[in-house]
Amino acid sequence: MIAVVQFGGSNCDRDAVRALDHLGLDARRVWHEDGLPADTDGILLPGGFSYGDYLRAGAMAARSPVMADVRARAEEGVPVLGVCNGAQIGCEARLTPGAFTTNRSARFQCEHVHLRVENANTPWTPTYEAGEIISLPIAHGEGRFEIAEEKLADLEAENRILFRYCDATGETTEAANPNGSTDNVAGVSGERDTTAVLMPHPERATLPYLSDGTDGHGILEGFAAGRGR
Amino acid sequence: MTAYTATVTVRLKRGVLDPEAETTQRALSRLGFEVGALRSADRYEIDLDADSNEAAAERAEEMAERLLANPTIHDYEVVVTDR
Repeated sequence: MIAVVQFGGSNCDRDAVRALDHLGLDARRVWHEDGLPADTDGILLPGGFSYGDYLRAGAMAARSPVMADVRARAEEGVPVLGVCNGAQIGCEARLTPGAFTTNRSARFQCEHVHLRVENANTPWTPTYEAGEIISLPIAHGEGRFEIAEEKLADLEAENRILFRYCDATGETTEAANPNGSTDNVAGVSGERDTTAVLMPHPERATLPYLSDGTDGHGILEGFAAGRGR
Repeated sequence: MTAYTATVTVRLKRGVLDPEAETTQRALSRLGFEVGALRSADRYEIDLDADSNEAAAERAEEMAERLLANPTIHDYEVVVTDR
């Protein structure tokens, strides 16, 4: 069962459960204070505005008791995916490197973006090909990925950059970078590739009747691909 | 035990873009002020009891490390005063 961890202020938890259901994956919303059920074999940290974005987006949720449990499961290899606010929580909890902070525009941005699949050999990207261009929606005010230069080089060397913002032809231009993220990075994996975060919303591009596309389903199918790795 | 106030100032590391500060700077310019660069910071004033100034500072630094600052993007400083 995939636990979609709901904090006060999460608002993409239902969407995530519906999208996972659609893919035939057993998923349930889990209130953070209730802890992770024993049969948890995947964890999705959903989007939203947990704790009202107090202090910094994701800072409070990252330090809530359930996250110790999330970390322990992540270290055992249980697939963990952070989306949008869940990505901010993942970085604040140091499950993944770097930090997400205020968009270059200083505005909340809600739009479709192109992403280039940088590494197709992860649990989250097996349905894509390296270099493939997909389209997903973003909806965030604090999505600018920041990381020290030497750490970025490490990520690059370890193939841990999963997605980069790009234009329709796959060029990672500054114009195609919606939030000013360092090196156009949109998603990265943790020390284990079963843990990953990204700012765009795969769960909003999975249901065929909902969106302009279903390019996001492959990422969510990572919960099946990631098991037992 | 002595009563102290630890003031923790958290600011973006040099070189990290601060769009909110830039927006604020532009707004000041629009109001007719002649301003150069503008930097913003968050300040937390924490009342606490400790055996010494150093002990209070050590605790406040741990608070900054673990919650108040994000070491990826922030620097912080701690100043402890008697309360």
